[in-house]
Amino acid sequence: MATDSGRDWFGSEKTTGYAKGRAFELGCLAATVFGIFMVFVLLLYVVVDAFALTTPEYGPWLDGDFLTSAHSRFPEKAGIYPALVGSVMMLIVIALSAFPIGVGTAIYLEEYASDNPIATLIEINIGNLAGVPSVVYGLLGLALFIRFVGLGTGTVVVGGFTVGLLILPIIIISAQEAIRSVPDSMRTASYGMGATRWQTVWRVVLPEALPGILTGTILALGRAIGETAPLIMIGAAATVFSPPSSFFDRFSAMPRQIYAWVSFPKYEFQYGVMAAGVVTLLTVLLLMNATAILIRNRYQRQ
Amino acid sequence: MSQETISGTDPSPDADDESLISPSPGADAVGHERTTGEQSETRTVVETQALDVYYGEERALQEIDIEIPAEKVTAIIGPSGCGKSTFLRCINRMNDLVDSARVEGELLFEGKNVYDADVDPVALRRRIGMVFQAPNPFPKSIYDNVAYGLRVQDDTENLDERVETALRRAALWDEVNDRLDESALDLSGGQQQRLCIARAIAPDPDVLLMDEPASALDPVATSQIEDLIEELAQDYTVVIVTHNMQQAARISDKTAVFLTGGELVEFDDTGVVFENPEHQRVEDYITGKFG
Ligand SMILES: Nc1ncnc2c1ncn2[C@@H]1O[C@H](COP(=O)(O)OP(=O)(O)OP(=O)(O)O)[C@@H](O)[C@H]1O
Ligand SMILES: [Mg+2]
Repeated sequence: MATDSGRDWFGSEKTTGYAKGRAFELGCLAATVFGIFMVFVLLLYVVVDAFALTTPEYGPWLDGDFLTSAHSRFPEKAGIYPALVGSVMMLIVIALSAFPIGVGTAIYLEEYASDNPIATLIEINIGNLAGVPSVVYGLLGLALFIRFVGLGTGTVVVGGFTVGLLILPIIIISAQEAIRSVPDSMRTASYGMGATRWQTVWRVVLPEALPGILTGTILALGRAIGETAPLIMIGAAATVFSPPSSFFDRFSAMPRQIYAWVSFPKYEFQYGVMAAGVVTLLTVLLLMNATAILIRNRYQRQ
Repeated sequence: MSQETISGTDPSPDADDESLISPSPGADAVGHERTTGEQSETRTVVETQALDVYYGEERALQEIDIEIPAEKVTAIIGPSGCGKSTFLRCINRMNDLVDSARVEGELLFEGKNVYDADVDPVALRRRIGMVFQAPNPFPKSIYDNVAYGLRVQDDTENLDERVETALRRAALWDEVNDRLDESALDLSGGQQQRLCIARAIAPDPDVLLMDEPASALDPVATSQIEDLIEELAQDYTVVIVTHNMQQAARISDKTAVFLTGGELVEFDDTGVVFENPEHQRVEDYITGKFG
């Protein structure tokens, strides 16, 4: 600014680098638009098929009957009810098993063992576990829960435990983040009041971190509900005609049923029925994510 | 005060106030129950002997010897980074939370070295309340904030009454009595700081440590807090860190001047320190010749 003349005051392309910035911005915009566009096309595609919008003479595939009836040889009678119930029951098993273990692990790593080398090692490996392909978890579930523990092949508990293992690292990592985001001044205040570590964790840290933990867990459950490969590995049924009568009963889940429909020879299964299944699955997923967002917004503080 | 004995370090929440240390039967006025008469000279509550604090290799406090009198306000002043907060955190062992911190020497509270292996820091902190530089209320209701200390000590008899008493003493009751259920985070900064003071005094500690409690406040809120401190000093031993000379001169009975390097250079009655300090360096600091 101390130059003799003021000739650079208004900048030029050469000095400001605006052109580069502008090009980068456009590139990013293009990437965003492309991503959203592809998802949109996919959604449009399944929705059009599910409601038979282009071939109205077949009627909508996705209707009340679809949600309340079981699979049938006749595509117009086929429904997703048993698989829907199976998926929900599996989610319950996952929530009851993976949530406490995941949150417990996160609390331990963050509040109790933040600086010991074993904890650091565990933490690194949790990160790695989150990246292990789901088929491998399926194999693990097969070996551990069916061969070793002796639970029944293809039952709800085995499915829940296996997929629970799969999302455990995600729950741990998101819970750790939620716990870490509780300001240290809260812990200091609590210890300064003569609280023990246990009291500090239960009365101050967890209540503060809970919305974040719940949000992360619901998003992880959303991942769980769409998993197919582990279910195939543990022998979940492709198709069942009635919902599981207990958690130890054999079951099918929505993605497994959809996968089965795609391999049916009849054209109507591959398109209409399958699309109706996909839209149902996506709707459940959307509802779960909406819940997560609701929780987050409800408890978000300034 | 050497005849005092440690009676237990029971960390259970229902351990009462006396669990850290209790006077032996024959102990005289040195016992920790508050002396009421003026005749009892200044009793020492906190005393350090050659106290050194290190953060890793770096030495933050050197050879501190100080005797903090009961039921008086002791001000700690000194330039930034001279170890005032460090000293305060030593008294109730909040430095235990800092991994790199290491304490050497002795710090006696009611005659007992708080760094002895048999002292439970949780029990210690229940008798030495602390107010931090930045207001740090919990994201809970006003009521739950004040009740926190009593609840963690499992001492919830007459809770409503004691919450009210604490809020009244912190000069906050009139402003919040109709909205005790609302979040403490909705209060103004000055109100939050008074809430933190209420929270600290609710369990009725023996000593109150305050680390620049008014540094984030406007003059009105500051003078409210100063009035409050003078008021509190009738029952509590107050140790207050401040950057504000006038404040120290106004509200304290004793003043300790720490200077860079973590030395305690001067410790005397406030009037003496401000009007006739022994060391030139202290005079320079107080008159603003160096900071
Ligand atoms: N947690 C810590 N880890 C490492 N060093 C620390 C830590 N806290 C303080 N120190 C160091 O100890 C010295 C004293 O710090 P302290 O916070 O006690 O100063 P202070 O007198 O309270 O300063 P201020 O007036 O700015 O609050 C400083 O040199 C600081 O860098
Ligand atoms: Mg400080």
